[in-house]
Amino acid sequence: MKKLILTELEQAMLAGEHGPAIAMCMRLIVGVAKANQATRLIEIESAHADGCLYHGIAGLEYTEKLVELGGKVKVRTTTNVSSLDLLHPDLVHADATLATNGRRLMDAHLALGCEATWTCAPYQTGHRPAFGTQIAWAESNAIVFANSVLGARTDRYGDFLDISAAIVGRVPFAGLHTDEGRKAALVLDFSGISRELLEEESAWPAIGALLGDIAESKVAAMIGLPGDLSDGGLTEDRLKGLGATAASSGGVGLFHIVGVTPEAPTLAAVVNAKVETIKISTAQLRASRDRLTTAVGDDLDAVSLGTPHFSLAEFENLAKELEGGDNFSPSIDFYVSTSRGVLERAEALGYAQILKNAGGRIVTDTCTYVTPILNPKIKTVMTNSGKWAWYAPGNLGIEAILGSVKECIASARAGKLVRNDALWF
Amino acid sequence: MLSGSKTLTGRALHPGSSSGELLILDQPISFWGGVDHHGVIIDVHHPQCGVSVAGKVLVMTSGRGSSSATAVLAELIRAKKAPAAMIFTECDTILVIGALVSAELYQIQMPMVELSADSYAQIPKSGSVSVEVDSENMIGLMLF
Repeated sequence: MKKLILTELEQAMLAGEHGPAIAMCMRLIVGVAKANQATRLIEIESAHADGCLYHGIAGLEYTEKLVELGGKVKVRTTTNVSSLDLLHPDLVHADATLATNGRRLMDAHLALGCEATWTCAPYQTGHRPAFGTQIAWAESNAIVFANSVLGARTDRYGDFLDISAAIVGRVPFAGLHTDEGRKAALVLDFSGISRELLEEESAWPAIGALLGDIAESKVAAMIGLPGDLSDGGLTEDRLKGLGATAASSGGVGLFHIVGVTPEAPTLAAVVNAKVETIKISTAQLRASRDRLTTAVGDDLDAVSLGTPHFSLAEFENLAKELEGGDNFSPSIDFYVSTSRGVLERAEALGYAQILKNAGGRIVTDTCTYVTPILNPKIKTVMTNSGKWAWYAPGNLGIEAILGSVKECIASARAGKLVRNDALWF
Repeated sequence: MLSGSKTLTGRALHPGSSSGELLILDQPISFWGGVDHHGVIIDVHHPQCGVSVAGKVLVMTSGRGSSSATAVLAELIRAKKAPAAMIFTECDTILVIGALVSAELYQIQMPMVELSADSYAQIPKSGSVSVEVDSENMIGLMLF
């Protein structure tokens, strides 16, 4: 058995010499370090806390106990989505418990010194750790983005550990924090997929779903994916959607795309020994895409974009698509979820108004599939997000349809599903 | 200890001692978005959608998906709707955190054990099992 060695300072923190909040957080960090067979802890430069979405009494009691014991974060800590939209309170149909406890949970995070970002895409509203930085991030899409796209280093952390790591400024040195843990255990080869199909927006969540299915929680390297697609390349938002979906269908915390993501200039850079290479077919990719559509027929009640939260670039693109076109059909509820940080800029640039003029509604601080926002009569919802399509049928009891932003707009205008399947066959 | 006919030994991820009926998942599950607050699987993509994990000795290769799974698991443990124990082939930090927090807040110890792939393959398909963890040496036992 590997033994965990703590420094004198860390032993003192654990023993309560730096106060009871730090001791409580250290107990959790040490417990995780033992489970992960870490031999030491390392200091972190930033944290992203996922524990502000209300799941019940346990999360609230843990966070409020830290406040009561005098806890304060040691490093920059942003907050993930909450259960409430504080900027548009009428949008969320929270019952009294959710409204009260959801707010208490948010307030407790602020009392601990967290920033009021309330977003699952902190990396698109100013919190971008540098390449190689050790961090403690929670929220599955934020983790996979920070690791894969930014090249920062976090293991897959969950609620409680995120805030505890922020308070002690340390995490176990294990898993994706280490060089060894970041090597690919398998290779997925996409060279058999047509360029035309890869130009399709929906190909990327489909690739994500397939990656999660095959890799589960292992690190995979992907080859044969072009970085120079016609509409601006393999954009950050495409990687965001891919990662979010892979972290839903699987437990993916890091992926490499050779020639695209920062740790993978070559395959040799991310693969140690001989690992298995799996050749991906169009039929497999189509099957993955089809898993993200549970609805049958062309009835449609709503559209939801912005999971993970919409970026400024996505707003700009949406505004271009909407400007000068028809408004959405009155039978369709059209939602875009984003951060308050991005909304402020989208408002200044006029994008938000263009969306509102077309009949769209903007949700901030939370998301349409984690808290009661949608009208209970809504049965079928279209989305460009593989993650939303993965979770919403279970969370909300609705049927989901995956499509591109263009298809979502065309469908919202027509009041029924409009989707071009030709390329997929 | 039960007078079991078979014992499997693995690495303890979280201390505790409990027993229950085996529930072997065909695929991993994310507790957030995959299991409701009664402990019933609600993930429409999961082959065992509709099955309850409450009180079971839950066996799966690893976790999946959301980081909020920690909070959902801690809440299930608090509400006594959680599995009796969990067995993985690959340590899932996100779920271990849920068990650690429940021990900290509620003094409820849910045993978690990581088995080698060989031992994992020897787990019977059904029946009851007792899970015991020697936390001193971080060794976990499954007794059938």
